[in-house]
Amino acid sequence: MSNNQTTTSAHHPAHVHQFDSMEQQNEVASFGMWVFLLTEIMMFGGLFAAYLIYRIKFYPAFVAGSTSISVAWGFANTLVLIGSSWTMAMGVWAAQQGKRKAQVWFILATMVLGAAFLGVKAKEYYDKYEECHIPGHIIGKEFNAWGGCKVGDPSMGNIAEEIRDAKHHGDPSIPENSAIETAKQTQIFFSFYFAMTGLHATHMLIGLGVLTWLLFRAKRGEFGPEYYSPVENVGLYWHFVDIVWIFLFPLLYLISRHQHHG
Amino acid sequence: MSEHAHPSRALYLVIFAALIVGTCLTWGIAFKDLGIWNPVVALTIAVIKATLVILYFMHVRYSNKLTIVTVCAGFFWLLILISLSLSDYLSRSWSLQ
Repeated sequence: MSNNQTTTSAHHPAHVHQFDSMEQQNEVASFGMWVFLLTEIMMFGGLFAAYLIYRIKFYPAFVAGSTSISVAWGFANTLVLIGSSWTMAMGVWAAQQGKRKAQVWFILATMVLGAAFLGVKAKEYYDKYEECHIPGHIIGKEFNAWGGCKVGDPSMGNIAEEIRDAKHHGDPSIPENSAIETAKQTQIFFSFYFAMTGLHATHMLIGLGVLTWLLFRAKRGEFGPEYYSPVENVGLYWHFVDIVWIFLFPLLYLISRHQHHG
Repeated sequence: MSEHAHPSRALYLVIFAALIVGTCLTWGIAFKDLGIWNPVVALTIAVIKATLVILYFMHVRYSNKLTIVTVCAGFFWLLILISLSLSDYLSRSWSLQ
């Protein structure tokens, strides 16, 4: 079992020779992880900045696009991801406490919730495919803001109708005779939607991979009160991905919701 | 090895509950028409939620000064990116009289 955790700090098998102590080694590891996360903040930050600029430039189109995605699924997924952040935090806690079984269960729970999030995301993507809301031509379906792509279900994704309604209700942000232009511009919103949620989902997939590796190491009893950097750092990564979603959810799903007409 | 202070199990649950409450709150408010304040309220709640995650789930509150400075630097640079870009794009239509 984890008899390696009972040895003294100086002889811990995970202790690399260039560090004076396990504590120093752990601090360096978490500092390195944070430096990596700063580069991640910059990568997502560029997308967030571009999204905000284009939202200002094509405001009516962004409102129409944003209100066409399912806020209920987005809300459910936010709860799932926050739940997975909690199980991850508890996994780190269990590793620090030397609770071997608990950390395995918490890592497993994090993976299940992460997979559930990706499942919902896949369902949302498929709905957008069905509604012909994927920009450009994807797998035989051309982008269509009129919702005419799914025959027999006119209620799905009728963005152009929505914009006409908004104009009819006297929304001054839509210029005269521009409903068709606006409907076409919703492609810009959807490009951002897929780029941002896609990059986020890619991070989730990588996270699931790293958690699998962590699960096996935790099962072998490698982590305990003196050495838990890998659990801590995977946790930092997982929480970062959660934070990205905490901002994606309001920006993509919520902030235009009150302007939903009809 | 010196022992770092870390959140207790109960505190993790409190933070988790606060995050759930914040999510429900931002979801409910999104359907009320607050005019220009909708994005402000939504993003304020998001910032509070992110801060809770960073301070407690990511243990920054219990970290050394180097980590705290690193984290602050990251978000400071992000703020420069967003505020300077937006101040440009938002003011382009202003006329000089």
